[in-house]
Amino acid sequence: MVHQALFIFFGIICVAGAINLLLQRHPINSALSLVVVMGALALIYLLLGAEFVAAIQVIVYAGAIMVLFVFVIMLLNAGAEERSKGSHVALVLGGPGVAIVAGLLTWVMVHSNPQLGSVAIGPSDFGETHAIARLLFRDFLLPFEVTSVLILIAIMGAVVLGRKEN
Amino acid sequence: MTTFIVLAVVKIALVIFLLLTGVAYMTWLERKVVGHIQNRWGPTRVGPFGLLQPLADGVKFILKEDIVPDSVHKGLYILAPALALTMSLISIAVIPFGESISVHGTSTPLQITGVNPSGGGHPLDINIGLLIILGVTSIGVYGVALAGWSSNSKYSLLGSLRASAQMISYELALGLSLVGVLLLSGTLSLREIVDSQSGNWILGGHNTHIPHWFIIPQIVAFFIYLMAAFAETNRIPFDLPEAETELVAGYHTEYSSMKFAMFFMAEYVNMITVGCIATLLFFGGWHGPKLPFLPELLQSLLPVVWFSLKIFCFMFLYIWIRGTLPRFRYDQLMAFGWKFLLPLAIANIIVTSLIVAVWG
Amino acid sequence: MVPLSWYLILSAILFSIGAFAFLLKRNIITIFMAIELMLNGVNLSFVAFASHWHKLSGHVFVFFVMVVAAAEAAVGLAIIIAVFRSRETLNVDRVNLLKL
Repeated sequence: MVHQALFIFFGIICVAGAINLLLQRHPINSALSLVVVMGALALIYLLLGAEFVAAIQVIVYAGAIMVLFVFVIMLLNAGAEERSKGSHVALVLGGPGVAIVAGLLTWVMVHSNPQLGSVAIGPSDFGETHAIARLLFRDFLLPFEVTSVLILIAIMGAVVLGRKEN
Repeated sequence: MTTFIVLAVVKIALVIFLLLTGVAYMTWLERKVVGHIQNRWGPTRVGPFGLLQPLADGVKFILKEDIVPDSVHKGLYILAPALALTMSLISIAVIPFGESISVHGTSTPLQITGVNPSGGGHPLDINIGLLIILGVTSIGVYGVALAGWSSNSKYSLLGSLRASAQMISYELALGLSLVGVLLLSGTLSLREIVDSQSGNWILGGHNTHIPHWFIIPQIVAFFIYLMAAFAETNRIPFDLPEAETELVAGYHTEYSSMKFAMFFMAEYVNMITVGCIATLLFFGGWHGPKLPFLPELLQSLLPVVWFSLKIFCFMFLYIWIRGTLPRFRYDQLMAFGWKFLLPLAIANIIVTSLIVAVWG
Repeated sequence: MVPLSWYLILSAILFSIGAFAFLLKRNIITIFMAIELMLNGVNLSFVAFASHWHKLSGHVFVFFVMVVAAAEAAVGLAIIIAVFRSRETLNVDRVNLLKL
């Protein structure tokens, strides 16, 4: 009962933040509503027992990637308003299209009903950091190393692309 | 269920009250100590030894005129100091101050987010307490960044960009320096990290009477943590973004009275949080000599006294360094963080993990 | 307890709002943020299924998705800054000529 109430509360915050991202004119407001969505998602991950994923969602996504977005918006002094010409086609075709896809997915999912667990304080048997570390450094070691090379390439790419041409 | 809620509310109210009083008297301590370092008295007029000075400052902040310039972005202007202060206060919620305390049969751990298991026994803690504090520190960067941008002024924007770039650069060194302690203790839960520091170091079968604190194997990590924490809380020698001789006052140039006080309080609460983490991870938390001649209630409060003494030492260190060192230039600051602290922290992790793997 | 389908429906709603924002908005940074929103929706269904089948591989995959999203955001924002330096605009409708 408490789980359902909490899920509905955080779910409404997520959807409200996402719709606010859609409706706002200035990109800084969109960025901050995306931060709210990510925070609410971190709390939903806690409801699912994924404590480590919730922590890194806040540290990495909301605390580093979105800070990068906010920095770029502040530095470029991105314009206050954006024009909507050329996006009328997107509105007319895209709106109904996306609504149909979302409705189809919802209808398919409503027809299966398994129940899900919750988070625990203290030793638990699911979602613990040791277990994720064991998987990450044994079974998924190759993707982990490849990811670190990917980050290195991204750092070099960002530095090269962001340089001023003299 | 209701006892849990009532106890949690009581603990929250008590901790916030004590914390904010501590912040107020830390300003007094800072002015006195820096004054004595600079061979002058500090506040002496208001009350004996100037002890009522924080009260006078509080009244001043409340009664000052709250000036909001015309061209600011109102929503973000008001959100930024509130966000900074809120995030500072949230990180206190996962910090354990001691073991359990029992009054009239109900017992509760001395931690806002701790529970006693229903079968009795050791208090339980959040499994990821340390990650929560790191996450909340990352969100605190938004307070600084948005304050400068919403003020719609050159000095504020430059100051806030510098401050937030400094904070996110030193967050890396901060997090990595704590990994050494995590390797030694094997857990992210703050209470369990303190528990793994109980007892003494056993060297080849002999009980050296040195406490099993992690400061001894992790001395390099402790210094990296201390320097990164000084940079995170924007204190001297890393306080270029808010120095009065640079950029007017940086990101809080356009703020007055209560909102400025909120930034001020957020900075001091961050200092206290840093002191708490250093105590918990490197200095054994609330472990200290036991005094068996005290009554039962005072015995369960004794760990809190040891904890507060250790935090007081850290606050004194902060203030002492403030009175002594000059400040870094911005390029020196960034080079120090990226080119010195970060490789040193990674080297510390490599050496610690090799030692743990080879010698258990 | 909360049914699995509720989590998946929330994930679908977030994904479709992200897709709609991607199609509708004209500011390149907002389009990037819509991509991040879509990735977050997908992360939610990974974690929900990991909890349903009690396998931690879902969490590990979310970890990888976050890392790739971080790398993509860094490089993408660097490209945006480079484009802004030469075109002086962030509106995607104006960046429609190969050479100025």
